Amino acid sequence: MSHPMNPEVGNHVHHHAHHFSSAEHEFETAKEGMWVFMVTEVLMVGALFVGYVIFRALYPEAFHEAHKLLNVKLGALNTVVLIVSSMTMVLGVGAAQRGNNKKALTMLGITIGLGFCFLIVKYFEYSHKFHEGMLTAGFFTFDGLSASTSHVPLFFSFYFMMTGIHAFHVIVGMCLITWMIIRIRRGEITPAFYTPVELVGFYWHFVDIVWIYLFPLLYLLG
Amino acid sequence: MFFREAYAAAEGNKAMAGLPIQGSDVAVAWDHLYVFLFWLSAFFFVLVVGGMIYLAITYRKKPGQKTKYIVDNHALEAFWTVIPTIIFLVIFAWGWKVYTQMVRPPVNAMQINVIAKQWLWNFQYEDGKLLTNEVYVPINQPVKFLMSSEDVIHSFFVPNFRVKSDVVPGMYTTVWFEAKVPGEHQIYCTEYCGASHSLMLAKVYALEPEKWEAWKRGKEVQVTGKVADAAASGDSKLTAVESLAERGKKIVETKGCLACHTADGTSNAIGPTWKGVFGHEVELADGTKVTADENYVRESILNPTAKVVKGFNPVMPPYQGLLTEEELTAVITYIKSLGSNLKSNTETRADTQVAQGE
Amino acid sequence: MANTNTPEVHGDNYLNYSKGLWSWLTTRDHKRIGLMYLATVLTFFLVGGIFALLIRIELFTPGKTIVDAVTYNKFFTYHGAIMVFLVIIPAIPGAIGNFVLPMMLGARDVAFPKLNLLSYYLYLAGAIFAVVSLFAGGADTGWTFYTPYSIKTSGTVILVVFGAFIAGFASILTGLNFIVSIHKLRAPGLTWSRLPLMLWALYATSVMQVLATPVLAITLLLLIFERVTHIGIFDPALGGDAVLFQHFFWFYSHPAVYIMILPAMGVIAEIIPVFSRKPMFGYRAIALSSFGIALVAFLVWGHHMFVTGQSELANFVFSLLTMFVAVPTGVKVFSWVATMYKGSIRFNAPMLYAMGFIELFTIGGLTGVFLATLSINVHLTDTYFVIAHFHYVMVGGTIMGLLGGMHYWFPKVIGKMYNEVSARIAFIFVIIGFNLTFFPQFIAGAEGMPRRYWSYLPEFTLWNQLSTIGSWFLAAGFFYTAYYLIRDARKGPKSGDNPWEALTLEWQTPSPPPHENFKEIPIVETWPYDYKPTAGLKS
Repeated sequence: MSHPMNPEVGNHVHHHAHHFSSAEHEFETAKEGMWVFMVTEVLMVGALFVGYVIFRALYPEAFHEAHKLLNVKLGALNTVVLIVSSMTMVLGVGAAQRGNNKKALTMLGITIGLGFCFLIVKYFEYSHKFHEGMLTAGFFTFDGLSASTSHVPLFFSFYFMMTGIHAFHVIVGMCLITWMIIRIRRGEITPAFYTPVELVGFYWHFVDIVWIYLFPLLYLLG
Repeated sequence: MFFREAYAAAEGNKAMAGLPIQGSDVAVAWDHLYVFLFWLSAFFFVLVVGGMIYLAITYRKKPGQKTKYIVDNHALEAFWTVIPTIIFLVIFAWGWKVYTQMVRPPVNAMQINVIAKQWLWNFQYEDGKLLTNEVYVPINQPVKFLMSSEDVIHSFFVPNFRVKSDVVPGMYTTVWFEAKVPGEHQIYCTEYCGASHSLMLAKVYALEPEKWEAWKRGKEVQVTGKVADAAASGDSKLTAVESLAERGKKIVETKGCLACHTADGTSNAIGPTWKGVFGHEVELADGTKVTADENYVRESILNPTAKVVKGFNPVMPPYQGLLTEEELTAVITYIKSLGSNLKSNTETRADTQVAQGE
Repeated sequence: MANTNTPEVHGDNYLNYSKGLWSWLTTRDHKRIGLMYLATVLTFFLVGGIFALLIRIELFTPGKTIVDAVTYNKFFTYHGAIMVFLVIIPAIPGAIGNFVLPMMLGARDVAFPKLNLLSYYLYLAGAIFAVVSLFAGGADTGWTFYTPYSIKTSGTVILVVFGAFIAGFASILTGLNFIVSIHKLRAPGLTWSRLPLMLWALYATSVMQVLATPVLAITLLLLIFERVTHIGIFDPALGGDAVLFQHFFWFYSHPAVYIMILPAMGVIAEIIPVFSRKPMFGYRAIALSSFGIALVAFLVWGHHMFVTGQSELANFVFSLLTMFVAVPTGVKVFSWVATMYKGSIRFNAPMLYAMGFIELFTIGGLTGVFLATLSINVHLTDTYFVIAHFHYVMVGGTIMGLLGGMHYWFPKVIGKMYNEVSARIAFIFVIIGFNLTFFPQFIAGAEGMPRRYWSYLPEFTLWNQLSTIGSWFLAAGFFYTAYYLIRDARKGPKSGDNPWEALTLEWQTPSPPPHENFKEIPIVETWPYDYKPTAGLKS
């Protein structure tokens, strides 16, 4: 029996699925599946990076000018926020692995909170850009740059596509962590079975790593 | 109809059934390779499928029959790996050889500009004549088409000459041919472009020398049995119009270009002179060198800071959206007319890619 | 080593162990999921096929026959999009692969059964978006969605593109599931050199699905954003590059064609040894060639773009590499035929379809060499020659493989046998109908008839009319096949557990199989193609 009011006692017994020979077998298989999924995400993100690199090579002047319009301080702040959130995620997974559900819940909660911080900073960045008319190519109206850089709008198209899809993945991650919190409270996560939390941790680290490439590419190098 | 007449006139000009007539020497070279591939394929088809049917009949299930336990045969497997590889390399090499003939126009090719738009073809000659859905060329002279689109991707295809190239908005592509067979040759649009894609048809009229001279002077000519309809194709071939270069000169005078550029070789510090530039190698601010061909000039008009000439500042405003395709072509023709030094036409194609950022 | 986790047995096979529609809709059983895929795939094969028949009717005469050009343009768009995304890509992996792969591994299910069910629903959702887009007016871009036309045209482009986007995730997740299953769920003794060739084929296919489909996902997403938020990346009017879309698109869509054909080749490789009673000749070469094809598949996308204005260098490289993909493909075909040598061949429907595959795929493959050759490609690309080529490999290849597999595993799935006479009659209609439909198209294309043409010049009339008549024979063959397979699934005679006397693991269990596949996980001791000369035959 599990105790909803006492999440420290996670005594829900997990039965591994009938096609696995052991819980260990199931765990190893789940991890491999997650790695394969990460590979597909790398290819999806990679395609966007390739597109960006192509246009940057075509119009280096415009992209260089355009990137100066980004707020490096806010971008750096978001980078720190995500890195810290990866750390709290690791601590949370470790706590779940050891059965320390209270600490796991705290750490996962902080991770979600940091995710919110990231999104709030993003909100400020985006609303400033909308206000200034720095939008995707077809809607771009900002004219504070010299007229010689006519491909600046394309930079912003990439900026919004890439950071937007990234932010979407952050939101998905926050939902997944929330679900993990629910499962821990239900007592479904124990030292014998913490696979879901481990996999959500992988996902969150991946989202963090993508940002660590995005930030220098868009904000620093331009 | 017209096609049948062209066939009838050129009955001897077909390599095999199922191919168009051989309208040019390149078509002949193309057909040689195609016929080779056809018979090679027929051989392998008979070998494989005939072999399969033979084995199926010979080794069909019979009572008391024992099969043989064969797992592999390294010699045989090596054979059927290595021999096809060699054959494919030979095919590739032959294909490449014919390909270079097909896509590299001779230096002296006469140029005609082609603008494709939904759903017609405009042909613009250097002397200013503009025709729609028909183009007249002399036989036995290489002709090069420099093509661009106003809207979506089209594709220019003349089966009799075995030429095809996509016609793309935002860049130039080329085809060339030397017509040997006088008469009508069908042009198709062969890249799906919307509702009337299959109606976007045109004709190449290849004229013998006397008829070509007559046509150039504005006379009506008969094209192997069919009377060219002056009314349908507009009067522009019957009256003189300002040449493309003259039009380009007028445009640069009114669009502000002369504020920074000169046409006579005098230098000012703002923009490079155009005189004698076309076809030469130009050194850019970052040290790289490019050939100043059509795509370079086009890019420098639409996106001037992409390739700034060494010694000048990136101050030119972009003309993207300020000139129509026809105006752009006219300006480029004008600049060309101020002195050209195109070494070979392979550079045109290669620099198309420079502008594209391949 | 026995499995300590003995499952409960509810009913005696996977069809009746639990009852009711809800038990099917929420099933984790890979066999049920496979059947759900089969039903949906065949439904969309019918829809796509009806569009094909409409196209061929319109093309019976040079001018307008039944519809105007705008409607016709939607016909070929939906024919292509439905067939490619909803039929040919998912069919063999989703329907046959799901059913057979775990059993061939000696496993009770795929690695992630719930993910498998999710994959099916993603596929179904994608299909629903496509259908909705049709009823909402339809898109007219062609299944390749080339820019800038796909940006500018009115029409329900976003809906159908979004449908393909969603369905793509089914492909990715199925590939992921299969890779992990093959890695982690092999029965004891099932070493790599004892893996059935169907699994080698599905493995290579899954690797391609996992690596290539994400790129399609992004490409389609970018197209949607292009239309909605005008990002301009593919729009020359906003500074973008129209041809760049083609690079992104074909980076996926070229591997996609190998995703389509490799599973069919796997089916053929299973059928031929069984019906020749001989080991598969060149097993190792065939297994390796699957991966050779998968690798080269990613390097040749530019051969769809030889006339787009890309550089001579690009064309050189892409043409040369394309030649190299023909070599492992040839190795497979030669090895299959060699297997028949000194065999004892039975001509049941699966073997007929395998032989039909070899005939049709050989023509398709040889004409691929034409198209890979640079100069030859210039004249033939964007004409009916290309249409004939890809139908020979996709229909002549994949659909033959699907039909062969459906007949081969019919007794396994249902426990009953189809009627052999009916099958042979249908096969004759299919093979004659197919060749009559598509061979004339090679000629029309070489003579210069462009593709996606609602109206054509009169000199192409004969080839078009022959092709249309052929399409009626082909359709008759398919409709008759559907009829007798449904008839025999309900009323056919019992087939016994292993009517073909095959050696692979899925045949060592009852037909239809129990829900948990095996009472005890088998221990593998032999190669799956160990057809000894003195193996006694009952039939």
